[in-house]
Amino acid sequence: MTARQVLVVALGDVRGPVLEAVTLARTLGTPTVLSLQPLAEPDLHALGTAGVERALVAELGDARHAAAVAGRAVATAAEVTGAHRVLLPTSFVAKEVAAHAAWLLDAGLLLDVASLAEDGDTDQVVGGKRVFAGTWETRCAVTCPVAVATVRANAVVATPADRAASTAAEPLQVDATLPRGLELLEREVRPTAGRPALAEAATVVLGGRGTEGDFAAVEELADVLGAAVGTTRDCVDEGWQPHDAQVGQTGVTIAPRLYIGAGISGAPHHHGGMQASGTIVAVNVDPDAPLVQIADFAVIGDLQEILPAAAAAIREHLDQSRGS
Amino acid sequence: MRVVVLVKHVPELLSQRALGEDGRTVRTSDDSALNEVDENAVEAALQLAGSSEGEVIAVTLGPSIAVDALRRTLAMGASRAVHATGDAFAGGDVVATARALAAAVRHLDGEAPVDVVLTGLAALDGLGSVIPSLVAAELGWPQLTVVEELTLEGQTLVGRRELDGATERWRAATPAVVSVTDSANDPRLPKMKDLLAARAAEITVLTHTDLGLADEEVGAAGSRTRVVEAAQRPEHPGPEIVTDDDGEGGVLLARYLLDNDLVGGAR
Repeated sequence: MTARQVLVVALGDVRGPVLEAVTLARTLGTPTVLSLQPLAEPDLHALGTAGVERALVAELGDARHAAAVAGRAVATAAEVTGAHRVLLPTSFVAKEVAAHAAWLLDAGLLLDVASLAEDGDTDQVVGGKRVFAGTWETRCAVTCPVAVATVRANAVVATPADRAASTAAEPLQVDATLPRGLELLEREVRPTAGRPALAEAATVVLGGRGTEGDFAAVEELADVLGAAVGTTRDCVDEGWQPHDAQVGQTGVTIAPRLYIGAGISGAPHHHGGMQASGTIVAVNVDPDAPLVQIADFAVIGDLQEILPAAAAAIREHLDQSRGS
Repeated sequence: MRVVVLVKHVPELLSQRALGEDGRTVRTSDDSALNEVDENAVEAALQLAGSSEGEVIAVTLGPSIAVDALRRTLAMGASRAVHATGDAFAGGDVVATARALAAAVRHLDGEAPVDVVLTGLAALDGLGSVIPSLVAAELGWPQLTVVEELTLEGQTLVGRRELDGATERWRAATPAVVSVTDSANDPRLPKMKDLLAARAAEITVLTHTDLGLADEEVGAAGSRTRVVEAAQRPEHPGPEIVTDDDGEGGVLLARYLLDNDLVGGAR
């Protein structure tokens, strides 16, 4: 029996979440990558290390930002490669693209899974995830031949393949016509301050209302940990942070290996967006704050004192271990 | 402008949310309400319809108790409410749900043309966020989704969204599917008299056959996924708490991170 073809979709840069999805794809079959932007030499090298022999590149211009067009590219790539399993690192955008691809492929759709495995008895793929703010664990099977799944960041550790491949990139022709009457007027990429993206970072430091708008201590600890910075809905409403820094049910859902929330009380909306995190640390003046109650470790006190002191201690440790 | 708002009746965030033996969400009328972000969709619909002397029709798909969500939309100012319900719809996944909702939109479009389908960006129980895209695909309409700001310019809609580190502005001709975030507007609070009037308001009930759908197109039969296992996770053991009384809190935090090998996870 030949190995099953698995398609992994890179909507943007080839970064951690794409390599995590490739790692997961290797457990299901032979991964091929579809990229919606040109692949540079470092991208091909990273994919080769991950064991990807074949990469398809669909160049769609700005049309790729329309979910219907990107979804068409994904469906085309699945048909060209014969892949019955399609994986996308998750995000709001990725879920829209996955929806269109699934619609075109008559596929079953699994969203934000943390695991994915073939059930040999039923020949069905089964995805696992946590729901209801991390209080329930579910497994869901796709009951039709083709499955499209979005995969949560940090659910799988990206590892190199046993045997590296030399990735060959080939163009994929896709109809880039936008849906009737749809037009992209403007698209501006905001600067990132050199920090990792919130949705995919392994460590995230978040500041809430307790920062009173001063995020310097949050950013200092984030930078010593190489972490992304996030925040809560009320800080976005105050104009202290942009909307896509908002973690919660109506913002970004994160599940980093380490979550540090400072000055965050932990409203249910916020919980729903972070409770699948690996280790949860809270820093708060109030020991009764809901976030403290769900934390693994909590420091009760002033975040403006505690975070810089922690950053200094970690920096000192890192300097010593580098020096020795 | 004739606007259809798709809404969902969901368990409240603070309730004990659970999955039943069949892997389906347990819903009770005491613990459930109109999905919060759907209020932003209703508000956006009312604003669109209001500026064009139009009509807002709220649609939900769900068991009989889901009618509560529709009553809330009527109290907010929706002119009509449609409840797609029946045992055949039970156990539907996102694909089956979107197929049924698109059929409801087509049904209403057959009465008089629908210009816009509005939704909230996510249902706070499933958090899938794919229904707007699937409905747009079913209808073959353009979509403006996860929109933070929606404006009507003549017969076209302009939406701004901020996702994955980019700000985008899209224009779509109607008919179109739009989903809004909870920062798109401030939903109006219904007055007591409107809440009371909504309790007695007539609601159109439609079954899957009314929508022209066969048994095997809806509910569990029309789904492409099936929950095979659902289990409650163990209770959290509770936090280890230290108090920063003597200024050692930062050092203790650093030590916790280092001892648990949590430093150096950076990409």
